Amino acid sequence: MSQALDVIARVRNGNRAGNPWRAPGLIIPLAFVLLLLAAAAMPQWFTALAPDAVDTDAILLPPGPGHWFGADQLGRDVFTRVIYGTSQSLGIGIGATLIGCAGGVLLGTAAGLAPPVLQRLLVRLIDILLAFPEILLALLIIAVLGRGPTNTLLAVGLSSIAGYARLVRSQVLRVWQSGYVEHAVSLGESTPAIIARHVVPNAVRPLVVLATIGVGNAVLSASALSFIGLGVVPPAAEWGALLADGRNFLDTAPWISFLPATVVAISVIAITILGRRLQLLLSQGGEP
Amino acid sequence: MNVQLVGRHDVVSAAPAARPAILEVEDLHIAFPSRLGPREVVRGISFTIGAGEILAIVGESGSGKSVTARALVGLAGSGAELRARSLRLSGHDGEARSLTELSERQWSKIRGREIGFVLQDALVSLDPLRRIGREVGEPLLTHGLVPRAEIGKEVETLLARVGIPDPVVRAAQYPHELSGGLRQRALIASALAARPRLLIADEPTTALDVTVQQQILSVFQALAKAGHGILLITHDLAVAAQLADRIAVMQNGELVETGPAREVLRKPRHAYTQRLLSAVPSAATRGRWLSTSGARPVKAEPERSQPILALRDIAVRFTRPDRSVTHAANGVSLHVYPGETLGIVGESGSGKTTIGKVALALRPPDAGEVLFRGQAWSQLSERQRRPLRRHVQTIVQDPLNSFDPRYAVERIIEQPLLLHTDLGKAARSARVRELIQLVNLPSDVLDRRPTALSGGQRQRVSIAQALASEPDLLICDEPVSALDVTTQAQVLDLLIALQNRLGLAMLFISHDLGVIRHMSDRIAVMKDGVIVETGAAEEVFDAPKHDYTRRLLEAVPRL
Repeated sequence: MSQALDVIARVRNGNRAGNPWRAPGLIIPLAFVLLLLAAAAMPQWFTALAPDAVDTDAILLPPGPGHWFGADQLGRDVFTRVIYGTSQSLGIGIGATLIGCAGGVLLGTAAGLAPPVLQRLLVRLIDILLAFPEILLALLIIAVLGRGPTNTLLAVGLSSIAGYARLVRSQVLRVWQSGYVEHAVSLGESTPAIIARHVVPNAVRPLVVLATIGVGNAVLSASALSFIGLGVVPPAAEWGALLADGRNFLDTAPWISFLPATVVAISVIAITILGRRLQLLLSQGGEP
Repeated sequence: MNVQLVGRHDVVSAAPAARPAILEVEDLHIAFPSRLGPREVVRGISFTIGAGEILAIVGESGSGKSVTARALVGLAGSGAELRARSLRLSGHDGEARSLTELSERQWSKIRGREIGFVLQDALVSLDPLRRIGREVGEPLLTHGLVPRAEIGKEVETLLARVGIPDPVVRAAQYPHELSGGLRQRALIASALAARPRLLIADEPTTALDVTVQQQILSVFQALAKAGHGILLITHDLAVAAQLADRIAVMQNGELVETGPAREVLRKPRHAYTQRLLSAVPSAATRGRWLSTSGARPVKAEPERSQPILALRDIAVRFTRPDRSVTHAANGVSLHVYPGETLGIVGESGSGKTTIGKVALALRPPDAGEVLFRGQAWSQLSERQRRPLRRHVQTIVQDPLNSFDPRYAVERIIEQPLLLHTDLGKAARSARVRELIQLVNLPSDVLDRRPTALSGGQRQRVSIAQALASEPDLLICDEPVSALDVTTQAQVLDLLIALQNRLGLAMLFISHDLGVIRHMSDRIAVMKDGVIVETGAAEEVFDAPKHDYTRRLLEAVPRL
């Protein structure tokens, strides 16, 4: 018995001390995210059908061998539409996060290093933006710009700037106080060089991981916008739009909404777990 | 105090065996699991501690001395494997018990009650949310030694015993309200509360100023006199010299030499002990190398006509959050001449680091001015000063702090070359290699990150970087305080050799009087933002004029 326990202990220790980069908690979400990226890049590898091919024989067909996720009210294969929607949903998620991060870095750095009066103004601006739920801001932007994939991307991206800006500002302030910035001054580096060479790159480090988690959020926000009909408009195969499509058939053909929704949920969870894991690993030194 | 010390040593060397042993350690091994199998950090050490005896285990970082101390209270850490032929503690009941194979529950009965443990940093060891009285009274409650009603009284006695004035007032205060010295005493009091016969102190004075250290050391002396056995873990040979009856020198997990303190210090037998002892900078080491034997070449007497750096009547004020104003420096005037070393010595909070920052023009003085080569320095705008900065470089205590964490060593040393020279890529790379050789580092450190280097290597990298722009003045702020004594010796030797070779002037800031004495031509003593005394090094040390200097010098433990 004690021998068995010993073996178990050794196995567990082995895992822990062995290689944290090979922990299943990291590998599984990573594999799923890679699968998503593959689906976005090469959807034809995953399905032989076209996303908007109408098959009148398959209208509202439940999930089965031919149609894994069933078919919708026009007889389109739901699985194919989910696969083809990946590129758009993931594209919006990643694009929006990039916009959010870029804006956040600019706004946050300015709010950390600008002259005092401007600094105070910018901090207030960030506070005000943070006070609104992101989805409300996104709705506001959609109301101004109109619907469509590009505008959805912009809306989700712009509305997430404040969150990133707050993080960047706190990091910028920390780095600005650090020994190596002071040391750079004493070496004779100029202020713009210090900001570009030391402050921003070091302040942005924690952002990289946060952005991974942010992609998950952005996918969710974009889907939500599409679901309420303000983002990407059907017949495009965006995930949120797919959910919206199935709304009227929830009683009779729940799979039209339910299975794409499951994919969205699993994707967001996988991306978020991946982000958190990376965050944990990198904060522990990151040495594999 | 010295008389008393000599007396104690005599008693020990006369009858070391007469004391009943409190702790007997025989052939102790401690190993930690690693990827390559168990790694032994303590390899078969043996020692005993008798009642009223102080044994000091002296060693450098990584020698295994702290692990030994922690293992004796069952805190070596999870996964630690402990083996010993015998590990016996004679407790209050007079019966010897073995400390191997104890459960956590059994340990908790021993910790505090049979063995008191004092750690280095009292601020992290004391619960910030508990008043001192409660903290000190805690062991009394857990071990059920004193009725609840009498605890207050007992705590007062304990606090008075470790020399805390106004014990009633102090018992009602929180740790952050106490000075470092009082906190350390409170920690000792809590270790003593349950009247353990054995006290283990791991670097108990390392975080303290030298005058405060002196007070703490005398507390330990009094405790030994009262019959406690004390195991002192320290890296500081002078502290061991002052306090210990016997000294055990530890290297790489082994005790290379054990003996009466006097014998170990005066007639060290093992080569490592000899190396350690000769590496300690002091009055006797001026004029010779620390890391190798032999006299160092005599430096030409510096030309003292035109100072390279002049501080005139500098005042720096800080406003505290409660709007009260502290003077970090007040009316400080200093001159550094080309080729000489000016040492600034003072305790923590004396303003010496602030003066270093003002001299580097990283902080503008609130009054007064700094001149560099007779020209305006502190009053220039940063834009005007920038091209001149290459002439004034700095080395700090923890270079890891002053390196951009994204840079590898090569990039770090290259930085000043990029800023101040128009060398091409190949020429820069060649110059970096030259510099790394100059500070005696192998060139394979170039593509490593500073985090992968040892403390001594890092400090060499920071010296190489400082020298890259060929400065005339080097401002060193506690450059060796984080280093082991043998590493410190190498870095100090390097600095002196470079100074001789390149004719550098140095402003050398340190709290360590031995280091200052070894390095400096002239010395300024700082206290509370004011320079209380300046003069040639020998003069200040041999005939101190100011009261504070005298007190400071008296407080330094000697070998």
